[in-house]
Amino acid sequence: MDPIVILHAGLATGTILLFAAIGEIFAERSGILNLGVEGMMLFGAMAGFKISLASGNVWLGLLSAMVAGGVLSLAHGLVSIHLQADQVVSGLSLTFLGTGLALVFGEGLTGQNPPLVPRFDIPLLADIPFIGPVVFEDHSLLVYLAYLFVPLTWYYIEKTRPGMHLRAVGEKPEAADTIGINVYGLRYLYTFIGGVLAGLAGATISLSVSPGWYSSQTTSGQGWIAIGLVIFAQWNPLRAAVGAYLFGALRRGILDLQGPRILFGVVNPLYINSNWGFFLQMTPYILTILALVVGARAAMRKRIGAPAALGLPYIRGERGL
Amino acid sequence: MTTSVTEPESRRPLFPYRLELEKRIAEVPRWLPAVTSLGAVVAAFLISGLILKLIGGEPLRVLRFFYSATFGSWPTFSDTLVKATPLILVGLACAVAFKMRLWNIGAEGQFYMGAFFASLVVLVPLVSPESPKWVAIGAMIVMGMLGGALFGFFPGFLKARFGVNEIITTLMLNYVAILWNNFWIFDRWSDAGFQMTPVFDRVYWLPRLADYAAEYPAFRGITLHLGVVFGVLMAVFVWWVLERSRWGYEIKLLGDNPRAAQYAGIAIARNVVLVMMFSGALAGLAGMSEISGVVHRLQERISPGYGFTGIIVAWLAKLNPFAVILVSVLFGALIVAGREIQPSGLAQLLQGLVLFMVISSDVLLRYRVRLVRR
Amino acid sequence: MAETPYAVEMRDIVVRFPGVLANDHVNFTLKKGEIHALLGENGAGKSTLMNALAGLYRPASGTIRVNGKEVHFTSPKDAIEAGIGMIHQHFMLVPTQTVTENILLGLDEPRFLLKLDEYNQRVVELEAQYGLHVDPQAKVWQLSVGEQQRVEILKVLYRGAEILIMDEPTAVLAPQEIAALIQTMRAMTAEGKSIVFISHKLQEVAEVADRVTVLRKGKGTAEGVSMEGITRTELAHLMVGRDVIFRVEKAQQEPGEVVLSVQDLHCLNDKGLPALRGVSLDVRRGEILGVAGVAGNGQSELAQVITGLRVCNGKIVVNGKDVANRPPIAAIRQGVAHVPEDRTGVGSAPNLTITDNTIMKSYREEPIGHRLSIDLGKARDHARVLKQKYDILAPSVRTLARKLSGGNLQKVILAREISGNPSMMVAVQPTRGLDVGAIEAVQKLLLEQRAAGTGILLISEELEELLSLSDRIAVIYGGQIMGVVDAEQADIEEIGLMMTGTPLAALRAPQSVAEEVSL
Repeated sequence: MDPIVILHAGLATGTILLFAAIGEIFAERSGILNLGVEGMMLFGAMAGFKISLASGNVWLGLLSAMVAGGVLSLAHGLVSIHLQADQVVSGLSLTFLGTGLALVFGEGLTGQNPPLVPRFDIPLLADIPFIGPVVFEDHSLLVYLAYLFVPLTWYYIEKTRPGMHLRAVGEKPEAADTIGINVYGLRYLYTFIGGVLAGLAGATISLSVSPGWYSSQTTSGQGWIAIGLVIFAQWNPLRAAVGAYLFGALRRGILDLQGPRILFGVVNPLYINSNWGFFLQMTPYILTILALVVGARAAMRKRIGAPAALGLPYIRGERGL
Repeated sequence: MTTSVTEPESRRPLFPYRLELEKRIAEVPRWLPAVTSLGAVVAAFLISGLILKLIGGEPLRVLRFFYSATFGSWPTFSDTLVKATPLILVGLACAVAFKMRLWNIGAEGQFYMGAFFASLVVLVPLVSPESPKWVAIGAMIVMGMLGGALFGFFPGFLKARFGVNEIITTLMLNYVAILWNNFWIFDRWSDAGFQMTPVFDRVYWLPRLADYAAEYPAFRGITLHLGVVFGVLMAVFVWWVLERSRWGYEIKLLGDNPRAAQYAGIAIARNVVLVMMFSGALAGLAGMSEISGVVHRLQERISPGYGFTGIIVAWLAKLNPFAVILVSVLFGALIVAGREIQPSGLAQLLQGLVLFMVISSDVLLRYRVRLVRR
Repeated sequence: MAETPYAVEMRDIVVRFPGVLANDHVNFTLKKGEIHALLGENGAGKSTLMNALAGLYRPASGTIRVNGKEVHFTSPKDAIEAGIGMIHQHFMLVPTQTVTENILLGLDEPRFLLKLDEYNQRVVELEAQYGLHVDPQAKVWQLSVGEQQRVEILKVLYRGAEILIMDEPTAVLAPQEIAALIQTMRAMTAEGKSIVFISHKLQEVAEVADRVTVLRKGKGTAEGVSMEGITRTELAHLMVGRDVIFRVEKAQQEPGEVVLSVQDLHCLNDKGLPALRGVSLDVRRGEILGVAGVAGNGQSELAQVITGLRVCNGKIVVNGKDVANRPPIAAIRQGVAHVPEDRTGVGSAPNLTITDNTIMKSYREEPIGHRLSIDLGKARDHARVLKQKYDILAPSVRTLARKLSGGNLQKVILAREISGNPSMMVAVQPTRGLDVGAIEAVQKLLLEQRAAGTGILLISEELEELLSLSDRIAVIYGGQIMGVVDAEQADIEEIGLMMTGTPLAALRAPQSVAEEVSL
């Protein structure tokens, strides 16, 4: 129960949720609800693992994971943007599709050892007491990238012209359209980016944080937790980052509770009967529900909500494609 | 300005035609939805075949195997119907919720809770093994539905009271339900350290056709059990509720336009909770039917993802309770065959593709597609 | 004299939607520096024609010339580049963004970083040039309707538009605001800009336009006629195809006892801001109480509060029972009918049949509701009777509500509400967006209900409609009643002042002060 270990692991585990959640924030702010995150993550995790193994090059693996997630998301894009199907059902089917593809192409990957994303210390910063060992020591490159990625994403969405267009398309597509912004094009773009980041999140699992291929157990519902996190974060990348890291730390803390024989000065019941651990394993899921309740109440109070056009297909007049 | 009379060569599109969707004005012909859905299923099979080919499989052999393993003989067809039984109930559960546009994707968890609560009847035991069979089975039905309803109640209540997205909560509760079951079968009810409970006493078993093999030799080895009758009866009941009852009218109105329903004096919150509970109860009944009719004990992996397949079943059936029965048989077959087809993810891939194709093909019901010159 | 090219010249324009010919070989010309009115009923094809000019729709055939050069717009961007800007009837603004952001939306400048401070300054300069004042840093949802319109105009001006299309710009404004808008329009034409003014109101057209084009059912019935050579009656005839009765005949009638009495109502709107601030009103049986006001001054909320769709503080007594803060069913049980503002969003279920839509309030009771079930045969009979009686045009009662025209959908709603024999009816914007025939039908139905002894609260933004239908008119501003006047002796000027926030008491106060002095 070393706080440094827990927080350190929290940042690493949180990075998975962070990439997936920010990807979903991009998609949702453009008005596309993509519930297929779990499927895209799993497919990305498989693709990254497989290509890294086959090529011996982890960078090629990461790239493949991103492409895999992105390509899959385009299927959802086509169905929900051009064909105007129900985005909830389309997202669900994407989950099945991604999971199925990952399992089919992931045959025989279990137990293999591909090259992984390198881990290193950040010079100087790692020497800062407490913060250094938690934040800047022995993390994978992806974790450090995520540190930069969060503020950049926020800045992009809130303070730049393309970010403004992204917000407009998700809030009031007809306003964007009448002013010459390509609503469909932007929605495809951000759906794709969402998929790319979900794929990256998958590879963050299989090639970095908990390396390996454990078929559908690889993601174990983290894609869904990421979607819950987006709602909890009220579509704000900064809040999503806080949530993701907190969640990561909690997951790790829970795992650590099962280890020692003596915990907080008493005999650890989990040490005596490890089956109590099933209740511990429930906590991330229950916490997600609680986080949603808290988030929903805050949203009610402050009257902020989802992007106004989230999940609604845009049709200009009665015109065709 | 893009204003010249003749467009410059470079601006001329590569493909001189474009697809245009034209909104249908006339009513859609009655046969069209069935035809497009069938076409979608066929397309999904073709694409899966292609993928199989791509990874070095033999699609045609798999298809032939698929047929012989599912519809080839009475016993295998009975296996298919046995797998279709939970799908019918779970598909109905999803159809009821989806009719109100409540996205209950927690049927999997509700299925497990139904199985757990039904097991309480046997293992506590709430009803002694000396009781008459109808009492034992009746108690299991009631408890199974109660268990499912309970896991429908939580997300329903959270949505009604706090506006919490039910998609995420129902999904999260799936994991909770499975872990909860694991605790009991690994720990309290473990049969000599195995990850399962002891086999239930026969009084808690749903009657099977094979039980009557003594009188009717043709029934030898036919595992079809009473659960399939539950499925059909429930389909009739759900149809009556949705199409003929006042509550069904409220559900329909709430599903199409909640603001209009509120305007018509319908209580939204109460209906959210009730419909989620009804949906959960149907999924719970599926869990009960599975342990009482097939497994005869509580154990791990009593569902190969029935709760999720039910979503596809409901959608493919266009939320029609009778169509749910038909579609369930097809997907039951898929599960039967899927156990033996390698690679193992193929069945899941096919399910995903079917759903994708179906919702894509729906565009044909709303639009006519035309190729026009640019 | 050399022919000066028109600013806009549209010839033989055809725009086709599935099943409708929205524009049938229409010609339209716009001279530089003029205000050209495009007149026609709702659904005559005015907005469609201008959407084609703004690059939103592509005409099936016909040519468009801008400043003499033929153009083929494939997107709104092309039209904007050609100097054409459209101010849409339903504002095309992103509510969650600031005024400046909305103005910059879709432009190539700024390239990447928004640099809002710098651009706020530019917006302020532009505002000063045309006298259109709005806080550039305000979020659009915080603005009044009039301010939002100013943002729309600024948005177009910022793009350097020389040709402005204004789609029903007066529909949402108070009389005084309309006067200010006309001033702005004149200022713009003085700078050499040309304006297309879309309207269905003859009086305004007569007031501002230089020339007029009239559309009826997609065809041009007058193309570019000078306003000097044409009378209002002639225009009305061209627009509707027959003579129009300008005033509805209303029988004299003594109102009965009070059926609805609201006292000191307070409530919040969707944004959490006060929408009603102490409203008190009485409606009697057999009386139409009109509520006038500029959009967004609490009218919608007033209707919602009375019908139980919104929480409030205060008393709402219907037939002696307080229904405030009770669920909608309480008001329905007290015989309160509701013709809601949003026909498709609230008043009907678009994907259900006419039958299903007509039993929305009667499915609980016999004969349609029977214990737990619904008698489908009785429901269909009920719908068929209403379809016949109210002349609802549809293939059958199985037709889906979304396939109905606006007028027919409104008839379905009115038929349903009236068939419940209400003691009180709340009607919000019952004629908005309907063509003249449907408007007359709806108004007739309201007057029939009045004759039958129903108390009617009629909320409308059409002052003329209120004046002709109401017995009394209450004017609402900022969630408060500015005053109640008798419709017979109402003074438009006075109502206009109340609509912009002057209480009746203050309007009449100087007189009484003067009287006191003379005493």
